[in-house]
Amino acid sequence: MPAETAITVDGISKRFSIGRVRNEHPTLREAIAAGAARLASGLLSGGRGDRALETRENTIWALDDVSFRVGAGEVVGLIGANGSGKSTLLKVLARITEPTAGHARVRGRLGSLLEVGTGFHLELTGRENIYLNGAILGMRRREIQARFDEIVAFSEIERFIDTPVKFYSSGMYLRLAFAVAAHLEPEILLVDEVLAVGDASFQQKCLTKMDEVARQGRTVLFVSHNLIALENLCERVLWMRDGRLAADGPAKRVIGDYLRTLSTAVTERLWSDHATAPGNEYVRMHAVRVRPSQLALRDIDVKTPFVLEFEYWQGQPGARLVPSIHVFNDQGIVVFNVGPIEPTTWNTREAGQALIRDVCHVPGDLLNDGVYRVSFCLCRGHELVYCQDDALIFDVRDTTEGRDAWYGKWVGAIRPALEWQTELVETPLAAPGARADGS
Amino acid sequence: MASKVELPVTDIGPTSGWVALRFGELWEYRELLYFLVWRDLKIRYRQTVLGASWAILQPLITMAVFTLFFGILVRLPSDGVPYPLFAYSGLVPWTFFAQGVTLSSNSLVANQALIRKVYFPRLVIPVASVASIVIDFAIAFVVLLGMIAFYGQPFSPAVIWLPFFFLLAVVAAVGVGIWLSALNVLYRDIQHIVPFLVQTWLFATPIVYPSSLIPETWRPLYGINPMAGVVDGFRWALLGSGAQPGAMLATSVVSASLLLVSGLFVFRRMERSFSDVV
Repeated sequence: MPAETAITVDGISKRFSIGRVRNEHPTLREAIAAGAARLASGLLSGGRGDRALETRENTIWALDDVSFRVGAGEVVGLIGANGSGKSTLLKVLARITEPTAGHARVRGRLGSLLEVGTGFHLELTGRENIYLNGAILGMRRREIQARFDEIVAFSEIERFIDTPVKFYSSGMYLRLAFAVAAHLEPEILLVDEVLAVGDASFQQKCLTKMDEVARQGRTVLFVSHNLIALENLCERVLWMRDGRLAADGPAKRVIGDYLRTLSTAVTERLWSDHATAPGNEYVRMHAVRVRPSQLALRDIDVKTPFVLEFEYWQGQPGARLVPSIHVFNDQGIVVFNVGPIEPTTWNTREAGQALIRDVCHVPGDLLNDGVYRVSFCLCRGHELVYCQDDALIFDVRDTTEGRDAWYGKWVGAIRPALEWQTELVETPLAAPGARADGS
Repeated sequence: MASKVELPVTDIGPTSGWVALRFGELWEYRELLYFLVWRDLKIRYRQTVLGASWAILQPLITMAVFTLFFGILVRLPSDGVPYPLFAYSGLVPWTFFAQGVTLSSNSLVANQALIRKVYFPRLVIPVASVASIVIDFAIAFVVLLGMIAFYGQPFSPAVIWLPFFFLLAVVAAVGVGIWLSALNVLYRDIQHIVPFLVQTWLFATPIVYPSSLIPETWRPLYGINPMAGVVDGFRWALLGSGAQPGAMLATSVVSASLLLVSGLFVFRRMERSFSDVV
């Protein structure tokens, strides 16, 4: 950890009263009534009525004893489900909301970007909004003036800079809003899920800018649901769960742990009781399993070779069952359907009741990232004997490798690594005629 | 290298009860105040046909109505000043106060998007609302000078006191404005009360009638309404009408100051919950 600490958080807690959430704006009449009740009970119980009333109220702890430190220049990601307290934590650090307990200390000028376009006014022009929004985000007028051209260039709306923003398309509006925010230059920057706006190309532009910001040696704490971007931008990730800090560590490990809790995956099943195991008179399932080929690995990403294993009891002698599996992606498309390349010799023999294991080896660099479901079927000739749908459900994770600061969704049903050649065929100097047809 | 620079340190923790006013921080955010005033001005008359002339038309039309009903029909006295000039000279500071209070009482709720997403001293918002009305006041005031010239009213040396009375109007408007804006965050009843309050307040202020109608002994009490002191002072300083301000003005100064100081403390005390409840 660097010697200088930029953010120190010590046991920060934040309580919201649910009663207040339900009835956000109490009317004066209710306040007077409640005040009278408090006064009355206070008089009756000798001054302790207030507290009694308070504890009866339903409260939730949006933040519950959160502590951590961020060194100067560190880029830290913040992950967690919706409502886990990420945004509340940023709001406490940005001094927008006050903690109920605990203490935090921030060293350096802090800028917060909790929303793109805060304070934008539809009646004002692009130019006017740049100044207004800049001032709201804490920029000095001189700073805005100095960066004005840069902001306009980044937003790509030069032609419309003197048009009221109410005439802008939503894309133009977002570009302008992000452009202002991207040119904030505090020592410490808090960013809340502002990257999830706009179209894919704009998101990419935002992420590239964040990448640049992260490399400038500034302290950044940011919330995003784009985990692949977080993994790339941050060396360290904090994971919030139910208002508490669930994990704090290297980005890849924490994100992996987090994804595992979200996953609906069924990566292993074992039926030890033959009688209740799924199957029929010909087949009884015994176990199914998916795992990385390398035993040391826990998760499967797009580059990881993995195996699919199926164990079943063959119930009838001489059944000659031929297995096959269907692998479906999250759109329900069969990505592939495979079975043994050649019928195994022992299977042609008239074996008696036996436990059989089929293992399918899937190479890395084949599947795209996503959730996959596997059906396991057994056929005799062309007749289907038994089929188990969703025998396995597993995740193939994305990887930060080979992305070169691009964090969008990689498209394609599959994601193979194919051989590729690029060669220089000729240069313009070698072909004098090339210049003439340029105009 | 950057780590050698002395960085500002911010401590964050729960506060309770009454807290310091922190004027220094308010000063730091003066540019934001400026931009919020600028925004309010830009927006108020954008897409209106008559634009900033509304700043003149509002008091002028009210003056015409008052002159017709109270000056011509009811024949209320006007301390020897032509009734239209009498009414208008009261309406100029009054319109400033009334609009300042109306705008600022709703200002925190109107700017809730900012309060939920950005930190800054929240006092900037209601103060900016009142400040943006100063321009309207200035425009209406120029018309008042024109009217004084039109009626051939001589200026008295007392005119040098005018800035003081204007300052008193600002203190009163900000004081009432911040009280109401803070309460409005918690109790939206305020936005229904304000129009009614302003209307009633108008008649509690010597605008359609001179304060000389109030019995002498009651006048110091009448001065609890700070706008009574402001309006009387305006007429005295500009038109030389009415008596030299005395006990009534003293009461007004005290009550305006109390409103402002109590408003500031109440505002700072309630401020910490704004982003959670607005």
